[in-house]
Amino acid sequence: MGKVPKKRSLADKVRKTKTSTEIKNNPFEVKINRKKFDILGRKSKHDVGLPGVSRSKAINKRKETLLKEYKQKNKSNKLIDRRFGEYDTKMAPEDKILQRFAMERQRVHDKKDVYNLNEEEELTHYGQSLAEMEKFNDLVNSDDESEEKGLLSAELTASHFGGGGGLLKKKTSGDQQEEEGNQRAKSRQELIEELIQKSKQEKRERQVQKEEAQELTEKLDQEWKSIQALMVKKTPKGESADKPEEKPKLEEYDMRVRELGFEMKAQPSEKMKTPEELAREAKEKLQKLEADRLRRMMGDEVGDSAQSQVHMSADDLNDGFILDKEDKKTLSYQDGKWNIGEESGDDKDEDEEGGESDEEEESEAEEDDGDEEEEEGEEEDDEEQDEEEEEQEGGSEEEEEEDGHSDLDSEQESEDGERKQEDEETSAKPSTSLSKEELKAQQEAAKAELPYTFTAPESYSDLKDLLHGHTPDNQRIIVARTQKCNHPSLAAGNKLKLQKLFGFLSEYIGELATRSPPELATIDRLIPEMYTLCQMFPEAACKAMQTILGDAGHSMEEVLEVKGHVAFPTLDMLIYLKVTALLFPTSDFRHPVATPALLYISQALTKCPVRSLQDVTSGLVLCCLAVEYVSFSKRFMPELINFLAGTLHLAVQDKTSLGYTVVPPFRPSGKCSDLLVLSDSESCKSWSKKSLPLSATHHMDLRNDLDRDHHRLMCLSTCLDLVKRCCLLYKDLISFTCIFQPIRTLLSKHLSSQTLPELLQELHSEILETISSAPVTHARLVLDKKKPIPLKLLTPKIVEVLDYGKKRGSTREEREKERLKHKYKKEFKGALREIRKDSRFLAREKLSEVMNRDAERKRKVKELFGSLATQEGEWKALKRRKRK
Amino acid sequence: MKGAHCVIMAPAKKRNVSSSKTSQQSVKKAKTDLNGKVESILESRKHANDVFDILEVLESEKEKDVVSAVDACSKLFCTLLERKELFVGKLPEEEDALSGEYSAEQKYHMFMRHRYNSCVEILLEHLSHELHEVKESALCCLMKFAAGEGQHPLEDLDWSEHYSFPRELIQAVVDRLLSKTTDNSLLISRFQEFLEMDDVRFYVISSIRENVGKVMDKSKGAVVPVYQSNVFTLMSNISVPSQQSELTNFMVKQEAKHKDWKAAKLNEHKRVFERMWLGFLKHKLPSNMYKKVLVILHDSILPHMSKPTLMIDFLTAAYEVGGAISLLALNGLFVLIHQHNLDYPDFYKKLYNLLDPSIFHVKYRARFFHLANLFLSSSHLPVYLVAAFAKRLARLALTAPPTALLIVLPFIYNLIRRHPSCRVLLHKPSTEDEPLEDPYLMDEEDPAQCCALESSLWEIKTLQKHHHPDVAKAAMLINTPLPEKEDDISEVLEITTYELMERDLKQKQIKSIPLEFETATQLLKGGGGDVLAQHFCLD
Repeated sequence: MGKVPKKRSLADKVRKTKTSTEIKNNPFEVKINRKKFDILGRKSKHDVGLPGVSRSKAINKRKETLLKEYKQKNKSNKLIDRRFGEYDTKMAPEDKILQRFAMERQRVHDKKDVYNLNEEEELTHYGQSLAEMEKFNDLVNSDDESEEKGLLSAELTASHFGGGGGLLKKKTSGDQQEEEGNQRAKSRQELIEELIQKSKQEKRERQVQKEEAQELTEKLDQEWKSIQALMVKKTPKGESADKPEEKPKLEEYDMRVRELGFEMKAQPSEKMKTPEELAREAKEKLQKLEADRLRRMMGDEVGDSAQSQVHMSADDLNDGFILDKEDKKTLSYQDGKWNIGEESGDDKDEDEEGGESDEEEESEAEEDDGDEEEEEGEEEDDEEQDEEEEEQEGGSEEEEEEDGHSDLDSEQESEDGERKQEDEETSAKPSTSLSKEELKAQQEAAKAELPYTFTAPESYSDLKDLLHGHTPDNQRIIVARTQKCNHPSLAAGNKLKLQKLFGFLSEYIGELATRSPPELATIDRLIPEMYTLCQMFPEAACKAMQTILGDAGHSMEEVLEVKGHVAFPTLDMLIYLKVTALLFPTSDFRHPVATPALLYISQALTKCPVRSLQDVTSGLVLCCLAVEYVSFSKRFMPELINFLAGTLHLAVQDKTSLGYTVVPPFRPSGKCSDLLVLSDSESCKSWSKKSLPLSATHHMDLRNDLDRDHHRLMCLSTCLDLVKRCCLLYKDLISFTCIFQPIRTLLSKHLSSQTLPELLQELHSEILETISSAPVTHARLVLDKKKPIPLKLLTPKIVEVLDYGKKRGSTREEREKERLKHKYKKEFKGALREIRKDSRFLAREKLSEVMNRDAERKRKVKELFGSLATQEGEWKALKRRKRK
Repeated sequence: MKGAHCVIMAPAKKRNVSSSKTSQQSVKKAKTDLNGKVESILESRKHANDVFDILEVLESEKEKDVVSAVDACSKLFCTLLERKELFVGKLPEEEDALSGEYSAEQKYHMFMRHRYNSCVEILLEHLSHELHEVKESALCCLMKFAAGEGQHPLEDLDWSEHYSFPRELIQAVVDRLLSKTTDNSLLISRFQEFLEMDDVRFYVISSIRENVGKVMDKSKGAVVPVYQSNVFTLMSNISVPSQQSELTNFMVKQEAKHKDWKAAKLNEHKRVFERMWLGFLKHKLPSNMYKKVLVILHDSILPHMSKPTLMIDFLTAAYEVGGAISLLALNGLFVLIHQHNLDYPDFYKKLYNLLDPSIFHVKYRARFFHLANLFLSSSHLPVYLVAAFAKRLARLALTAPPTALLIVLPFIYNLIRRHPSCRVLLHKPSTEDEPLEDPYLMDEEDPAQCCALESSLWEIKTLQKHHHPDVAKAAMLINTPLPEKEDDISEVLEITTYELMERDLKQKQIKSIPLEFETATQLLKGGGGDVLAQHFCLD
C-alpha cells in the first residue's frame, strides 16, 4: 500500500484551510516537538505537529482506499458508472449536472446539423474569422502572436485552469438562460461573462493599434518607393538613405583624414643595441644551441618541453637576463675548435632586425656594423674564410654595403622592386673562396646572362634541364634565385615546391657524384643551398635523406642475404653521408637521420670485404666520416676500430704468428690481405703527404709501382691519423686498453716504425704513447646507489576540513551509495509503519463490523424479547381478565 | 614370322626422317609422324620395323625431336609392357634368336625386347645430355619404364621367392644421376618426386650406397667435389617417414608377400638410410660440403637414423675442426647429448674456446647463440664457468656490430640472472677502494683458470657510450639491478641492420627534427673538425 499519491481536491484544500487555523489555535490539538539544540538560522518544518489532524487524514485516506478494497474483497462483480464525471471528486455536483446536460444537447445538435447546410458557423481562431485570416494580408502576424502568447492575465489563467468549467460554458452560451435560476451558477456565470468581455475589449484595442501601425508602414513604403527612384543613380544597392550622400565626399578629404588617423603613431622603437650587447646576445644564442646539442646527446627524452619548463623566478623581468650566466661558461665550438663564440653569430641577429626595421634604423645599423667591423678587424683578417661564410647567410648589412658599390643594385630594383630585399641577397651569394675582384667579375658575368626569376622545377628532369650547361657557380645562383622567387611567404604553393626542390637537389647531387669524373665542385657549390632549404623545411629534408639512406640500406641488406658480402658504397653514397653530417647534428643520442646514417656506415665497415686499393680508400673515407660523426659525442664505434686495425693489418708484411685477432671482413691471410704492403721499401723516400682525391674511391689510374706505393703510404698515413684521433676520442673509455690492444701489438711488433717514412714514424710513436699512457686500473663496477626510502613519519596527518557535516574522505560514488542506503532505510521504516497502521485500521474496522453486527443482533433479540414480553403480558392480562 | 621378316629388312629401311624440313614444321610433323608410327606399331605387327625410325629420332641432334621421340618411346614400350609383348627371361643374342627355334610370336617378342633394351640405353645416355629438357623427359620415361617393369617383370624368376622390382634399372638411373662431371642438382630435384614412393626410395638409397662405395674407393681418398655435391643433393632430398603406417605409397605392389618385403619395413629403411650416410661421410669432404651436411644434420639426418650415436665420430671430428664448422657441429652434438646420452668431456671448455670475434660475423650467428643459450640454460653449471662465458662475451662485444650487440647484451644479462652468484661481475662493492687492473685472462683456454669471477664487466660500461642508441640503452641496464624476468633472445636473434635502421626511419615524426646550427658552406670545410677534409680533396 505504502503511500497514496497526495492529490487534494480544491474542496479539501478549502476545508483544510478553514479548519487548520482553528485547529492550530486549539492548544489541545497542537503537539510541540521539542528540539535538543536550538540552531540559529535553521528552519524546521516539524517543530509543531497536529497529531489529531494527521491521524484523521490518514484514517480518511484509508477509508477511501483500503476500506473500499476490503469491502470489495471476494466480490467478482463490479458496477461502473459511466456517466460523465461520476468519479471525479474534484467536480462540484452542479457542474457535473451542467456538463451532462450540455453534452446531451450537443449530441442532439450535431445530429440536426447534418442536414442543415445553410447555417454554417463561422470558424474562428483567437476570435478572428479564419476566412479573413486566410488572405494573409496581415504581415505583422508573428509579432502579434508573441504578444498574445506572452499575455497571461489573472483572469485568463483563472478561466483556463480554474476547474476547467469556464470554457465549456462559454461554448454553450445558449444554455445560460436556463441556468439562471440557480443562485450560485448565476454569480459564476456573470464572472465569466465579464471576463470574456474584458478580453475581447483588449483584443479589439490591440487590433486597432496594429491596423494603425500597418497603415503607417504602408504609407512609408509608398513614400520610400517614390524616393528610391532618385537614389538609384548614385548607389543602386544602397540600403540606407544617408549613405549615398556621404560617399562622394569620402574620396578626397576623408581619405586623407583617415590616413592620418590610422597612420602609425611614433612608436618607441627598440633601443639600438650596442655592439657589446649584440655580441652578448649572439653568444647567448650560441650557448643555448650548444646546450641543446648536449642535452640531445645525452638522450634526454624530455627534450622539447624543456624550454617551457624553464624555471622563472618571481623577480624575472622576462628580459632574458640571467644572473648567473657568467658561471655557465659553456663552450661553443667552431670548425671543431673550442672557442667562445663571440663573432660568428653577430650578423645573424642583426640581419633579423635589419630586415624588419625602417630605413633610418638600417643606416644606423650599418654605421654600427661598420664600427664593429673595425673592432673585429684583426679577427676578420685571420678568418676571412669564416667571414665570407657569414656573409652568405643572406641579408647582412655588410653585403648591402658591398652591393652599394656596384650599379647592379639599381637595375635589380627597377626590375623587380617587390623582391628587392631577396634579390639583393641573392646577388651577394655567389662568393666562395675566390678573391674579391674575381668574385665581382664573375658576378657581373653571371648576371649578364642569368635571368632573375625561375620557376620552381616540378620534376627532377626539370631541375636538370634548368641547371644543365651552367658553371657550378651559376648553378648555385640559379638554385638560390629559384629558392628566393618561390619563397613560401610569396604564394601558397611555394612551400611544397621548395620542399620538392630539396629532394631534387639531393638526387642531383647523387647523380653528379656518379658521373665520371664526378663533378664534386658543383656539389660543393650547392651545399649552402641545401643547407638553407634544410633549415627552412626540416621535415622534408629529413624525409628525403631518410629515403636515400633507407633505400641504400635495403639494397645492401638484400645483396647481403644473397651473397653474404657487399661491395663498398659508391661515391654518391659517401657524399650523401657527408651531406647528412653537414645538415644534421650527428652528436644526438638518437636522430631520425643521423642514427640510420651511422648505422649504414657501421654496416658497410663490417660487411664489405676489402679487395682492392679502391676499397681501402672507400673504407678510409667511411672511417673519416665515422670519426666525424662521433667526434663530438665521443661515442664508441667498434666497427671503426676493427676496420682501422684491419687496414693496418693489410700493411703487415709477415703474417705468421700474429699476436692479435683480425675481425671480419678482414682475414688473417690469403689473397687481398697484402694490399698495403709496399712493393719497394725505397718508395718511402720519395713520398710526401698530400690529400687523396675523393674520386679515388671508384677510379684510380696508378701507372707504376711507385704510384701504387705512394697511394699505399697515403692510405697508411690516413689510417694512422684516424687511429690517433680514435685514441684521443676514446681515451676516457674504461676498456680503452682492451679496445686498442690489437692495434698496439700490431704497431709495436709487426709494423715497426723503421720501415715507415718519417711522418708516419711520428704518428706511430704518438699512438703507442697514447695507448700505453692510458690508465689500466679501474674501480670495480658498482650499481647505482638507490635513493633511500624515507622512514615512515609518526606525526599525525593534519587535513584541513572544508565542509563540516558531510561525509569526508569518500568518492562521489561512495557518497551517493551512502545516501541511497540511508533513503532506503527510511523508506523501509515508513512502509513498515504504514503497513502496521493499515492492519490496525483493518482490525478496527473488522471489530466495529462485528460490534455492529452484535449490536444489531442484540437489538433484534431485545425487540423479540420485548414483543414476546408484551405478548406474554397481554396474554397474562387476558388470562387475568378471564379469571376475573 | 612377320617379325623375323622385318628384322631382315630393317637395315635397308633406314631413312632419313627429317632432314629437308624446316625445324618448326619438322617438329610438329615428326611428332605426328612418330605418334602415327607408334599407333601403327601397336595396331599391327606389320609395322614393327617402324620402331627403328623412332629410335633413330631418339638419337638425333635436335632436342625437340628427341623429346618427342622420348614421349613416343614411353608410350610404345609402356603399352607393350602392359600387353606383355616383350620377351621375358634371359634374352638370347639377336642372331641366336633368329636362328633358334622359336615361334614367330616369340621371335617378335625377342625383337621388341632388344629394341626396348637399346631404347633404355639411349635414354640413360640422354641423362647426361646438355639440355635439361631432354634429361628430364628421359628421366621421366625411364621411371615410367621402371613402373611398368615392376608391374610386369621382365626377369624370368620364380616370383614366389623373389620380389619383383626393376632394381637394375633404378641402379642405372642413380649411377647416371650421380655424375662426376656435371652438376645435376636440377635433375635431382626433379627426381625427388619419384622418391615419394617408398620402394623407389628404398632401392635408390641402396643404389647410392653402392655407387658411393664404388666411386670413392676408386678416387682413393681424394675429394671429388662435383660428384659429392650431386650425391649430397640427392641424399639431402631423401627423408624417411617417421612411422610404419606412413609406408603406403609403393610403385610396385607385391601381392602375397608384401609384408615380408624389405622395402615395406621402416626399420630396413632406416638401416639403409643410416648406412648410406655413414658411407658418404666416412670419406673426406670438401669444407663447404661439411657445412652443408652439418646444417641439415640435426633435423633431416639424425632423426631418420636407427642408431644416431653412430654419428658421434663424425660430429666430434667436425667439432675439433674449429671455426664455423665447429659452430655447426654444435647442433648435432646437442641432439646427441640431449637425446642420446652422449657424454662429451670438456664440452663447455671447447664451447668457451669457440668464442672469438668471428662468431659475431658468421652467417650462423643466430643458430650459434640459440644453441649457446640452450647449453648455458642449465642451472647446474659452476659459477666460474658462467662468469667466464659472460666475461669473454663481454670482451668480444667490444668488436661486435650493433646487431650482434643487441643479442650479446641480453645474453650476458640472462646468464647473470640465472646464476645470481655471478652478480659480482656487475656489482662488487669492495672494501678497499683502490682501482685494479682487469684480472681476466683473455688468452687462457681453461675457463676455470681465467679469473673471470675476480673481474668486472667494464666492457658493458664502455658500451654505454656505443654509437647506436638501442645498444647504449641496453648497456645502461647494468647501472640498476637487473629486472627479474629473463629477456627473450629469440626475438633479436634474426635482427638485421636494415631492421634496426627502419626503427629510426619508420618512426612517426616526433615534434621537430634537430638541425645543425653551424652553417654549412662547403662539402669539405677544411677546419679542424672536418676529418674527411684533412685527408681527402674534392677532385
